[in-house]
Amino acid sequence: MSATVLATGNLSIGYAPRRGPRRVIAADLNLALHAGEVVCLLGPNGVGKSTLLRTLVGMQPPLAGRVFLDGVDLATLSAREVARRLSVVLTERIEVGQLTAYALVALGRHPHTDWTGRLTPRDEEVVRWALEAVDAVNLASRPVHELSDGERQRVMVARALAQEPLVMILDEPTAFLDLPRRVEMMRLLRRLARETNRALLLSTHDLDLALRSADAIWLMAPGGVMHTGAPEDLVLGGAFETAFAGEGITFDRHQGQFHIHPPARHRVALVGDGLVGAWTSRALERAGCLVVSSDEPASLRVVVDGDTRHPCWEVHIDGATPQRVGSLREVAMLVQQSQVHR
Amino acid sequence: MAETTQPIVESTAAVSPWPRLGLRPLALVVMFGVVAGAFLLSLSFGSVRIPLEQVLTILLGGEAERATWRTIIVDFRLPKALTATLAGAALGVSGLQMQTLFRNPLADPFVLGVSSGASLGVALVVLSVGAANNTLLAVAGLLGNLSLVVAASLGAGAVLILVLTLARRVQSSVTLLILGLMIGYLTSAVVSLLLYFSIAERIHAYVAWSFGSFGGVTWTQMRVLAPTILAGLLLALVLTKALNALLLGEAYARSMGLDIRRARVGIVASGAVLAGAVTAFCGPIAFLGIAIPHLCRALLRSADHRVLIPACALVGAAAALLADLAAQAPGTNVVLPLNAITALIGAPTVVWIILRRGVGRGTFGV
Repeated sequence: MSATVLATGNLSIGYAPRRGPRRVIAADLNLALHAGEVVCLLGPNGVGKSTLLRTLVGMQPPLAGRVFLDGVDLATLSAREVARRLSVVLTERIEVGQLTAYALVALGRHPHTDWTGRLTPRDEEVVRWALEAVDAVNLASRPVHELSDGERQRVMVARALAQEPLVMILDEPTAFLDLPRRVEMMRLLRRLARETNRALLLSTHDLDLALRSADAIWLMAPGGVMHTGAPEDLVLGGAFETAFAGEGITFDRHQGQFHIHPPARHRVALVGDGLVGAWTSRALERAGCLVVSSDEPASLRVVVDGDTRHPCWEVHIDGATPQRVGSLREVAMLVQQSQVHR
Repeated sequence: MAETTQPIVESTAAVSPWPRLGLRPLALVVMFGVVAGAFLLSLSFGSVRIPLEQVLTILLGGEAERATWRTIIVDFRLPKALTATLAGAALGVSGLQMQTLFRNPLADPFVLGVSSGASLGVALVVLSVGAANNTLLAVAGLLGNLSLVVAASLGAGAVLILVLTLARRVQSSVTLLILGLMIGYLTSAVVSLLLYFSIAERIHAYVAWSFGSFGGVTWTQMRVLAPTILAGLLLALVLTKALNALLLGEAYARSMGLDIRRARVGIVASGAVLAGAVTAFCGPIAFLGIAIPHLCRALLRSADHRVLIPACALVGAAAALLADLAAQAPGTNVVLPLNAITALIGAPTVVWIILRRGVGRGTFGV
């Protein structure tokens, strides 16, 4: 396994207010981050992901235990020494007028320049390399406030890269982006981790994307329980069900995704298969039904008819005359109406 | 020739997609030129018009056509022009520092309450010194003299120490901004009370001070003013890198290795010394501190403090010299209140430039 660049030893995170008891969010964390890998930090809101990240970057002191950056205790390093090994991309939207993307990325050279902040040719080389690495060369002379969210986020990643760190920690780097931009950002981060042999830790709410692209997942469950491992290990071990256990959301281990519908209120027998059958099943689940196979007894019965191009459905409610409809929207409405009548 | 040079220019532009950072030498030369020009003009114009070549002769140590001209230049106009230059540079730079530190485009050198402190010092001297009748005469005689400067310096200094102590303790700069504003309100309240219970003549003396003027500084006082402002400007120059790091906010600045508290204390100290010195010697000069940084950002299209610090110093100096020139109302014997002039001419100019260049958007989110 490649070199460990960030590790924690029996780390406890939380808050120690001057008055009142200290609040431990998670205790005895032994985590490790290796060069060249992307780790996603997942967990429900309010579980303490931000506190962990803040402790790992040194913005908040640990309650107990230590954080090791490149083998050295974080607490013994000066801010500048930390900045040369670790850089961050934060969630907060930066607002700077009259700053070009190039000048913004150049700010990342801060821990490497002398007291005047003058950029040496080597510094400028690194800035250009960073912009090239995130495919933002064409953005170099654009003012930052004119960039789109996706472009701006790429430039912020370039800034973090220009710091030439061993570890980059990104707090929800995909938060403001649409789906194609999120996929693009994850792909970019994976490529950066591989090509530049840096360790990337990012928190995200994008479970699907994290499961597909992370090398490892740190899953924080309520109560400060931390599950770590490859995404598939965590799925097989059932960690996701427990971490996100709650109303209206279930984790489907077979499909590797969450189902967000409310608990099923009654059973529907579905007759039909193939593409139309699968999407009919989805529509019925969304309408609040538990779909069972056609040979089981159920008061509701939906029969798929017609071919894939021109499907139609027959809805049987409590043995009444079947109603024939031409769209799943109508099927869903009929099913929901039948529930209201009860 | 034109046919052969054109493609070369184009190809170099295409080869380098990278923008240049830093202040362009041409911009620097132009700004220096404007300051020098404004400086000479302010020596030449006034209640007595002295030809420019005579001004140069006197400056270079030659004999003027009339002996009085030499006295006018050396004893009156030169210290005044120097004061305007220093004050303009100081206000421009400290305004820039405060806007970046507080990430607020409305911040100016006086957000920390330093000028209110100076006002309080002056108000205490002018409005409340003794109850005896003869003090009124004494105060009137002291106007423009050293006691006002001392009072203003003490007031500004007291607030400066208070703010520095707070700056070391508070977590966020926004808290500091609010505290500064509250100090300002408190001192203004005391000044209002003093004004309320004072008599008309003394109120007039106070109001005259509050109009602002570059004219009251003698050569003796210059020995204090010039080194103080130069020291403040030097400190600002040293803090350029810290200011640049703060452009992205305190969290990013810290993540890039900046010691936030030390940087904040340095920036507050330098900004408050600059603003405090100007207020003590020239009165509360409004507007320049808030306007000059915006003007420089718009003109130079940059947020880099390695560009903006020198630019604000030079543009600030030029603006102060020109405002003073306008306040003289050349050709008349009238001297208008400086504060009125800076805002009357300055505000529309800045609005025009910012709107025309379309840069109001994007400065700290505004």
